[in-house]
Amino acid sequence: MSVATAASANGKTPVLEVSGLCTHYGRIQALFGIDLQVAQGELVALVGANGAGKTTLLRTISGLQPASAGTIRFLGEDLASVAAERRVRKGIVQVPEGRQVFGPMSVEDNLRLGAYTRSPGEVEDGLQRMYAMFPVLKERRRLAAGTLSGGQQQMLAIARALMARPRLLLLDEPSMGLAPLLIEEVFETVRMLREELITIFLVEQNAHKALSVADRGYVIETGRIVLGDSGPALLGNAQVQAAYLGV
Amino acid sequence: MSAELLQFIFSGLTAGAIYALVGLGFSIIYNASQVINFAQGEFVMIGGMATVSLLAAGLPMPVAIALAVVATVAVGIALEKLAIEPARGASIVTLIIITIGASIFLRGLAQVVWDRNFHSMPPFTGDTPINIGGASVVPQSLWVLGCTVAIVAALWAFFNRTRFGKAILATSYNSDIARLMGINVRFVLLFSFALAALLGAIAGVLITPIILTNYQVGVLLGLKGFSAAIVGGLGNPMGAIAGGFVVGIAESITAGYVSSDYKDAVAFVIILLVLFFRPQGLFGRRGAERV
Repeated sequence: MSVATAASANGKTPVLEVSGLCTHYGRIQALFGIDLQVAQGELVALVGANGAGKTTLLRTISGLQPASAGTIRFLGEDLASVAAERRVRKGIVQVPEGRQVFGPMSVEDNLRLGAYTRSPGEVEDGLQRMYAMFPVLKERRRLAAGTLSGGQQQMLAIARALMARPRLLLLDEPSMGLAPLLIEEVFETVRMLREELITIFLVEQNAHKALSVADRGYVIETGRIVLGDSGPALLGNAQVQAAYLGV
Repeated sequence: MSAELLQFIFSGLTAGAIYALVGLGFSIIYNASQVINFAQGEFVMIGGMATVSLLAAGLPMPVAIALAVVATVAVGIALEKLAIEPARGASIVTLIIITIGASIFLRGLAQVVWDRNFHSMPPFTGDTPINIGGASVVPQSLWVLGCTVAIVAALWAFFNRTRFGKAILATSYNSDIARLMGINVRFVLLFSFALAALLGAIAGVLITPIILTNYQVGVLLGLKGFSAAIVGGLGNPMGAIAGGFVVGIAESITAGYVSSDYKDAVAFVIILLVLFFRPQGLFGRRGAERV
């Protein structure tokens, strides 16, 4: 609790409040009492090594993975009995690890599915906004999503999530498997979303990039949050530098 | 083309259309859950048997057919709710075994509710054969083909033109990601069983005036529909339709030119050939996907 409290932004409404969260895969425990908060309009990064539990935490927040102890509150409401598909309606939208677009379906169908929970008017409006934000998707809207390049698929995965009008956007490893130039582009998009005041919880192995754009950050190690501070402070932290930044 | 061959092709198309409908049922449930529903043939049986008994009770044919189809869909929904959903989280193999159990149960129930005799049902519109290019075709065959074409067109429009249809496709590609879109995948599964039961029931109603029905007619029709789905590539609806016609025509040509004793073996020989030489099915996509 202490680490998380110290790091929380004072005075802002918490959009997401995770406390004492544990998750098991069968008998193997993956998360051990995770505490963290994300406030309205904040960009919070979670960094950590492969297998530290980053994706598991996101899957538990989005509801794909059941929690075995602890609570997740979204805008004050306990999510324990809310199924994953209903969390989307409430505004928790996840961009999954590895993009996971619906490959055989067209780009536009992918976007429309992203807005599955929205009204027809919002779908059309969302398409216009996404095509304006990502012109390459407009050009390729009739192509099968699986034929796009990795970077374009990542843009599509983000656009698909934005179609749902998230109140909290969960981004899982958006830079994974992308060339450096494309990573730049993805983080440019993240910065842009932040300027639109979308609340973002970003999970990344690329600690330097993630902490550079984040308001605050947490460090996760073997299923436990070990550090929590502002983005710049974590970037300057000797422990973080040694373990994740290769300084 | 000789009149004889044309005759075989017409009877092959008729049987093939039925196998296609049954095969589509297999594909729809497989896509939603990777489960092979071995009770699919029982939907065909219930559709036919229920129509026969409602007709015997004096109901006019359209009413009897409608009620029988509704009853079969109710059985499909009950099967998912009472047998598949409680076992959610179990392995696919377990679920498949549950469907085998359900098929045995439904056959047993049919013996109790009805009986063990063969029953027939009058064709929809008379039984005077029509001469087409020297082949004589019963009007019921045209009903089978016409209804199958209409159903396939309706299904195509549903899956490609409607939001919920696309949500079902998305669920078949990746059900976790579909949930992240806000799609209720449990409802998708329930709907798939209802839709598969609907197709089975319609197949049963269409074919009963041609082949007679009894409590275990679903076993063989189910297996042939399954071969249709395998031949076309499991989970590929258009493949299941093509597979149905391949099996139906191969069967009737074998029956006509070789011997009708081998007719039922044809479907299984075709399955074996496909599994040996093209395991993904004639129209299936390979298991590989770009990451």
